[in-house]
Amino acid sequence: MDIVTRGFVGRRSGGDPRIPPGQYLERDFPVLSAGPTPVVRREDWTLRVEGVDGSSGILSWADLHRLPVEDVRTDIHCVTKWSKLDTSWRGVDVEAVLAAAGVGTQGATHVLVHAHGGYTTNLPLADLRGGRAWIATEYEGASLAPEHGGPARLLVPHLYFWKSAKWVSGLQLLAQDRPGFWEQLGYHEYGDPWREQRYVGD
Amino acid sequence: MTVAWSSPPLPMPWYRARVEDAWLETRTARTVVLDVPGWPGHHAGQHVDVRLTADDGYTATRTYSVASAPEAGRLVLTVQLVTEGEVSPWLVGEAREGDELEVRGPIGGWFRWDEQMPEPVLLVAGGSGVVPLMAMVRHRSRVGAVQPFHLVYSARTPDHVIYTNELFALARTSPGLRVDRLYTRGGLPDDAREPGRLRPQDLPAVDAFPAPPVVYVCGPSGFVEAAGGILIDQGHDSGAIRTERFGPSS
Repeated sequence: MDIVTRGFVGRRSGGDPRIPPGQYLERDFPVLSAGPTPVVRREDWTLRVEGVDGSSGILSWADLHRLPVEDVRTDIHCVTKWSKLDTSWRGVDVEAVLAAAGVGTQGATHVLVHAHGGYTTNLPLADLRGGRAWIATEYEGASLAPEHGGPARLLVPHLYFWKSAKWVSGLQLLAQDRPGFWEQLGYHEYGDPWREQRYVGD
Repeated sequence: MTVAWSSPPLPMPWYRARVEDAWLETRTARTVVLDVPGWPGHHAGQHVDVRLTADDGYTATRTYSVASAPEAGRLVLTVQLVTEGEVSPWLVGEAREGDELEVRGPIGGWFRWDEQMPEPVLLVAGGSGVVPLMAMVRHRSRVGAVQPFHLVYSARTPDHVIYTNELFALARTSPGLRVDRLYTRGGLPDDAREPGRLRPQDLPAVDAFPAPPVVYVCGPSGFVEAAGGILIDQGHDSGAIRTERFGPSS
């Protein structure tokens, strides 16, 4: 559209190739959530993994911490347009979580991620595998704060950050895709920040 | 014939918008009225993406809540200045009648209210978090809805209250609308409440309403955290509390 906004110059602070189109650099860590922060104690926290055949396995906080822990340094991108560079996390590879839960992934193409408070988000199973997704329990060297999803959140930094469900409570494997909470409310099915997939149809 | 429902969804279009009017609400918050031909309307509480384009094609986009009651072809935004921001300094300091920009939306299917919702409503605003809640108050008045509405609005001082005269007028003329203002830094000489951040007694308990209300909380993250904790302590169900936070949307 041939439109020029009179008097607008912009700050053009960008130019960093790590910042996807339409995003701006943020030094704080803003929060996006639909409701009040749920209080989830570590001793009550569990992660339920459910297969397409109805089989399921449950990991406790202690079970999770028996799995190999990885340090992750990554950029994160929120659909509300801020990006934060070089954030550091500690967590367990989702691949290891799936194996520990003892639930087969045969026949599964997608995952509906569940969280305390009722939030859900969906993504292809492949995006949770191959060392690209973690169950994160630490941020910048400290326990993950409740408003950032503590005690544990999903971390899938290659997609917009709403896919990285806070207060994660379950991974439900699906034989076909099913939209989650924000995905039913006009946000994009997949959410690739490099293709600016913010809203339905982008 | 193609089957419409099986086609992939189309992206939301950008609409050309023209600034029709603009005025300061406080020293750092400005209301901008946009004439948007083709705009389909929105739901009270939703937001829009605003895109500005420099003469060399450079663009910047930010998200802002809509302040006006839903209507086709017209949108009113109220924007709080973020000094180090990119879009808000133009909207607050530069925009004038006749200027052109683009908008896209409406966005946000959760933090919204319409008159079909039968429950009483509790609105909790921190600072410029009042903007999407004002759209709900205005919509309620415009359609003559009778659900009880209670707005609790926390601002730094009386000088920081956005829509101050309109809120006084609406509270007097709209039956069932109650507006409580509270100040964090300094109030008026005859205020019964000491200035300070949100306290439990500032928010009504669930049984203060004829039926459990749906609650909308909007403000800075720390404010929303505090309000959410108090509301749950006051008996409100977490599933009835809808929140919207602004980190810096500059």
